[in-house]
Amino acid sequence: MLSDADRIFTNIYGLGEPGLAGARARGDWDGTKALLTMGREKIVQVIKDSGLRGRGGAGFGTGMKWSFMPKEMGPRPHYLVINADEGEPGTCKDREILRSEPHKLIEGALVAAFAIGANAAYCYVRGEFYRETEALQRGVDEAYATGLIGKDACKSGYPFDFYIHRGAGAYICGEESALIESLEGKKGQPRMKPPFPAAVGAFGCPTTVNNVESIAVAPAILRRGAAWFAKLGKPNNTGTKLFNISGHINQPCTVEEEMGVPLMELIERHAGGVRGGWNNLLAVIPGGASVPILPKSVCDTVHMDFDSLQKVKSGLGTAAVMVMDKSTDVVRAIARLSRFYKHESCGQCTPCREGTGWMWRMMERLVRGEATIEEIDLLQEVTKQVEGHTICALGDAAAWPIQGLIRHFRPELERRIADRAAAETEAA
Amino acid sequence: MTDAHTARQPETFAFSSENADKAKAIITKYPPRFQASAVMPLLDLAQRQNDGWLPKAAMNHVAEMLQMPPIRVYEVATFYTMYNLKPVGKHHIQVCTNLPCWLRGSDVVVGACKRTLAIDFGMTTEDGMFTLSEVECLGACVNAPMMQINDDYYEDLDSDTTEKILSTLKSGGKPKPGSQIGRHTCEPAGGLTTLTDAGPPAMKAAKRKMADKGTDR
Repeated sequence: MLSDADRIFTNIYGLGEPGLAGARARGDWDGTKALLTMGREKIVQVIKDSGLRGRGGAGFGTGMKWSFMPKEMGPRPHYLVINADEGEPGTCKDREILRSEPHKLIEGALVAAFAIGANAAYCYVRGEFYRETEALQRGVDEAYATGLIGKDACKSGYPFDFYIHRGAGAYICGEESALIESLEGKKGQPRMKPPFPAAVGAFGCPTTVNNVESIAVAPAILRRGAAWFAKLGKPNNTGTKLFNISGHINQPCTVEEEMGVPLMELIERHAGGVRGGWNNLLAVIPGGASVPILPKSVCDTVHMDFDSLQKVKSGLGTAAVMVMDKSTDVVRAIARLSRFYKHESCGQCTPCREGTGWMWRMMERLVRGEATIEEIDLLQEVTKQVEGHTICALGDAAAWPIQGLIRHFRPELERRIADRAAAETEAA
Repeated sequence: MTDAHTARQPETFAFSSENADKAKAIITKYPPRFQASAVMPLLDLAQRQNDGWLPKAAMNHVAEMLQMPPIRVYEVATFYTMYNLKPVGKHHIQVCTNLPCWLRGSDVVVGACKRTLAIDFGMTTEDGMFTLSEVECLGACVNAPMMQINDDYYEDLDSDTTEKILSTLKSGGKPKPGSQIGRHTCEPAGGLTTLTDAGPPAMKAAKRKMADKGTDR
């Protein structure tokens, strides 16, 4: 188990003062100027060496992403964009950083912006997080007032501005290019890539988009060293991670644990165990709504990291663990997610716009068993037609939960169809 | 009193002088030539000024301010769910029914809302006090089930606490936002499993308080 000494988010529950005095007491803003004097290249190298993988879901190397930014400053300014459009069902970790650890994010934004040659960061916070935005703004105001950011950030001579931009209720804006479109005052519809944001991002300028948690852990890594972070977790899956554990457990919570922690340990130690005991577990969605569901047999032994979960055909995603006990109507659970994706499809690509609605309607029929066995295969086929055929990953995200359901719970789908058919025969 | 649900589209809209100043300050956050970036915050500002909904006149006003074709503003206003294109009640009750909330009983919360307010989703009470909406994940999943009322989250709900919150609002009171079972934020209800080693005195005191609460339950 991770020791408290190795935890980064020591105020994640907001029990301490989230303001600057409290943040300083916890070690934030300690020698930030010295971090900047490491220089751009060194900072990027340390983050690369730490093995930090993006905490927003895709798990792309954060240091690698930073290194894609132009090394020489051209005529266009660079921008850091922070993705706080947290909306993946099950996920509520960035919310806690925004309201309880805002200074970790603001300090991280300064060092990240410095590392990519940006003098401004835009933090895109989902619109519903109004109180969280207020908390972050208080932190930003404190940082400006004390010269930690502004014209001469931390007396380093580096100018840095931090702006908050509120969203207005669109899951798709969590996709980085849709987020940029939205930041520019448009509908949040993803852009074709290339060009990638590092070439043409926000306001037509080189841009890096990072998740809140990825940015917020950067100062700790720079202070304590790449080796410290890399020794936590597992190779290629290093460091600590905020986990959100929701659903049928005795004590839902958010907790910072080591990457690669066994799922069972995570649930039993921190979330008070599955309601009715581990043997009452039916399944877990381990990384937010878009990753495929895992039956208990896999949950018994699986570890919570990118590679371990990929091996069992699921994913770490945002590390939002949704636990379902044996009382759960698992078909209905997945159908609810299908409805979500249908609601959130931006409508730009035909396979997603039409496919998400079609898949949801089929899922609703399967809940009631109003289908034929062949239609399970047809549904599987349609998920494959949507997956990989859209500009962004929302189509994939809509397809994967259904594929996971068919992979692990096909007998349940078939049972419902058979029961329904039997009931109809009896009635006739 | 204006009957919110029968209000018509007003002919004109203009920011109050205070909000006009706020709007100007918002525009300066974005690079020159990209003032269109301010469309979302300005629409939000207009909606707040206009009792929680966004009339077409307000969209036109924002379009003019930002030198945008009105259609671009309409596109934004209709794309995002938080812009209310028709009047809403004084208290906009938004209940999450997505998976994590559903697993922990959002059906019960929905039932309590419908029963207490005697309206269905998408409806506003006769007196214009409450609008009830079903929404997607609001990002407070470890505090499920939950609902948002205007700018505040109400978490760890059940039938009783939901009814109590709505009754308080009905009688003109202000229910306390956040967890309704006494959790501080997202920590495990039974007591901390991490961050117990050390910390500033204030934190320790808070933890003790929490630990006491934990044994009460």
